[in-house]
Amino acid sequence: MGIAPVELDEPISDVDIAPDKPWVTLVWNDPVNLMSYVTYVFMTYFSYSKEHAQKLMWDVHHEGRAVVSAGTREEMERDVAAMHSYGLWATMQKDD
Amino acid sequence: MSSYGFRRTLTGRISARFEEPERSLLVNLTGQLVQMVEPPAPSEDQDPLAAMVGIEADVSRPDDPAVARLFPDAYLDDPTASDDFRRYTERSLRTAKLANARTVLDTLATSGEKVTLADGPAAAWLGTLNDLRLVLGSRLAITDEGHQIPDDMDPDDPSLGLHHIYDWLTYLQETLVQTMTGLVSELPDEPR
Repeated sequence: MGIAPVELDEPISDVDIAPDKPWVTLVWNDPVNLMSYVTYVFMTYFSYSKEHAQKLMWDVHHEGRAVVSAGTREEMERDVAAMHSYGLWATMQKDD
Repeated sequence: MSSYGFRRTLTGRISARFEEPERSLLVNLTGQLVQMVEPPAPSEDQDPLAAMVGIEADVSRPDDPAVARLFPDAYLDDPTASDDFRRYTERSLRTAKLANARTVLDTLATSGEKVTLADGPAAAWLGTLNDLRLVLGSRLAITDEGHQIPDDMDPDDPSLGLHHIYDWLTYLQETLVQTMTGLVSELPDEPR
């Protein structure tokens, strides 16, 4: 039997969050990931246009980090895990 | 290193040429990566159902900084939530990275000097080249994007070879991204 990626029905931590507060995924600048590769990841995983993906990549590069997606906590858990699978340094937090 | 990196052939396939020392080096490095990302065997006291769907009983941030870079914390300031996240995701992340590395090893085992990649394996190669660079970047404590080997480095310094390998892997990865997407990492076009 294969080990499928885990689909989470429930937030994996029981921190109290208001349902109207969305969560965000942040990608952080690091010296190893290539600009072309980071752009490729944003285009491939998020289906962002080349222009949008490149803008986010520059935001990461210049600002040290960028919000790359927003949504429910479960959605951000999926996005962060996906960014980690590509080797990008990503974290999630409540957008407040 | 004498290889020319990845390019598109006239028939549209993605290919690169590796001379024997380069091929052996890639096999060796990727083999080491396999050992680093291979998921641990489920412990005996673990809930078998949880193990089957990839939920770990107990996982925390890896001690080896290079492995920790491959599997970073998901929360900046919340180690408990980060560990929870690991319990649910790290095994499947490890499995995915392992599958990429095995694809690279399979390609190298079945290719001669010329390696030709279909789209799926090309994406796996891209992931593994990135993982290898993350590991080497961590080992070499690389902090500068335009990585340059220090001029005053002792030629007998054992890490000198690793610096050259890192640069070669960077070149391979950059040419592979370019070949797959047309995207390049050049800096001059920074927006004002």
